[in-house]
Amino acid sequence: MGAVAYDPKVVTIWEGFKPYFEKRGAPIDYVLYSSYDAQVEANLSGEIEVAWNSPLAWVKSQILSRGECRAIAMRDTDRDLTTKILARKDSNIAGLADLKGKTIAVGASDSPQATLIPLSALADAGVAPGKDCRVVYHNVMVGKHGDHVGGERDAARALAAGNADAACVLDANYTVFINEGTLDPGATRVLASTPPFDHCNFTVRADLPEERSKPFVEVLLGMSFQDPDVRTLMELEGLKQWLPARTSGYVQLERAVERFKFYA
Amino acid sequence: MPERFPKAQLDLEDLTIHEGAPVLLRRALAKLAVGELLELCGDSPELAEGLAAWCRKEGHRYLGEGKGPNTHRIERRAGLAPLMAAGSDIAEVADPHWGLAPRGARIEAGGPEFAFTLRHKREIWAQELSSIYKQAVGNQWSAARDIPWDKLPKLPDEVESAVCQIMTFLTENEFAALYIPARFIPRIHPHYREVVEVLAVQIVDEARHAEAFTRRAEAGGGGVGTTAVSSQLSLQTLVEEPDFTTATFLLCVMGEGTFLTLLKFLEEHAPESATATLARLAHRDEARHVAFGMEHLRYVLEREPERRASLAAAVEHRSRMLAAVSGLSPYVHDALTVLAGRGTSPRQVREGARRVAALHREMDRARRERLQSLRFDAGEARTLSAYHTKNFM
Repeated sequence: MGAVAYDPKVVTIWEGFKPYFEKRGAPIDYVLYSSYDAQVEANLSGEIEVAWNSPLAWVKSQILSRGECRAIAMRDTDRDLTTKILARKDSNIAGLADLKGKTIAVGASDSPQATLIPLSALADAGVAPGKDCRVVYHNVMVGKHGDHVGGERDAARALAAGNADAACVLDANYTVFINEGTLDPGATRVLASTPPFDHCNFTVRADLPEERSKPFVEVLLGMSFQDPDVRTLMELEGLKQWLPARTSGYVQLERAVERFKFYA
Repeated sequence: MPERFPKAQLDLEDLTIHEGAPVLLRRALAKLAVGELLELCGDSPELAEGLAAWCRKEGHRYLGEGKGPNTHRIERRAGLAPLMAAGSDIAEVADPHWGLAPRGARIEAGGPEFAFTLRHKREIWAQELSSIYKQAVGNQWSAARDIPWDKLPKLPDEVESAVCQIMTFLTENEFAALYIPARFIPRIHPHYREVVEVLAVQIVDEARHAEAFTRRAEAGGGGVGTTAVSSQLSLQTLVEEPDFTTATFLLCVMGEGTFLTLLKFLEEHAPESATATLARLAHRDEARHVAFGMEHLRYVLEREPERRASLAAAVEHRSRMLAAVSGLSPYVHDALTVLAGRGTSPRQVREGARRVAALHREMDRARRERLQSLRFDAGEARTLSAYHTKNFM
């Protein structure tokens, strides 16, 4: 399987999962990639059999393979995320339409949650990013699809410092930024929320034989947060439970990729 | 599907997620079994969205709005983490997964494994740890406050120089006595915190001694003296000893035990009150370190009497390593002689040499006494005391 090395903990996680899979008769090994683009290419060329993909890497895999990929599993925390478009409380911006002529702080240029999906929502509201409003990117670790929270934090800081009129952050990160003091809940408010969307999934090529993917998924779905052997690893990976994948939650991102001709 | 009724209710009033609502949510959900429902009401803005994101992160399921106005439903999903009961009794073996948790705490299972290599009680424990620690905390003194620096007289040059040389020797030995427990603390499982506490104060004691002895060397204008290769070689074999019990035996019983006699000698022959006070206060601290060493060795030897042989072998091994080293550093030997004779006239030197020879005999006697109290027989005690490094520590 492949994973993107957005943080040193990725080694801890997968090195830790290896004996767990081995013990249950579904041995795995992992290859780390420095970008999702490299991982998608490796998955489609058969260098790896499973890719732990960001939502954008999933969309790209489907575009390049003409729909010949399957999503096989995801975390409970990958479902029904929303992105908040925030404004300062003291501004006179009442809705997305008021962002015409304003400055919007977003995450890395390839972040689904902090850039592509919310900018597409903005376009839906009639404000064309880059044309009707100024977009300020916070490019932390481009190629890693916004996995590093730094880009979103920088966007939140830009809003707090008055360098932007709005900022786009994932709902869970909004709480993080308030708790750590990056944002003052008394000084910011939620201007709009995107509809729920899904995040990462394990992607395989559609022609990967079932006997290769099935044992992997079975072990994954059988994993329990209550099990001391994997508790630390699940904490690090940010989930309580692995779930079967669904692909209904990528519609907004697919539209954004098409709208902004991201892979054109 | 039959309608599911909420098992518990919670009124958040106008409390938002960012104002602490999770505190009440966690308390309410903790009382429910997995699969049971909590119905809550609250009229803060954006509550529904906040609840959905919070539930996702916590592993619960947000079921949307309830029947009444401003009501929401949450299904408890994530079970409580299983807890390990380490117990408040002192265990014979400490689990690496207990990590840094205080003894007696409830510990979530599945935590990281800490690399504490000393995690068997028999490897590190001693009786009387609490009373040694209490005395140590109660008897802390300050080099700045408790030494009569203002009463330091101008001594004859050769006597001042002897004091400075002795202070230099003491300081290097204090460093050794500081680094040895410091090396072991990170290896000791915190379940045995009493041992860590005693060693931690021991380190503070030695830091204070090093500071005070250096200050005495500098106070009379002489400054620090010379360090001999022989002293350094002797201390290196001690500092690099990898086994805790062996290191404690060599340092606290043999080395610091010998130092007790040396410090008494210095107090008795000090040419002025600052040096005498320093020696007296350091002696009080070192006596506690020796007490810890003795208690630890007693604890280990009661359980593993055969370890006497390996301890004896360690002393012998150290002695062989140092066989080529001529004995006590001449700098220190000469300084002690001048100090005890109060000068360098032949008459004074003869008197000083006589006293230093008596010091060596007294050191040997006290070492044998301590070894015999650890149930080495008289012959073993005599041999081991003779093998002990000529550099005292």
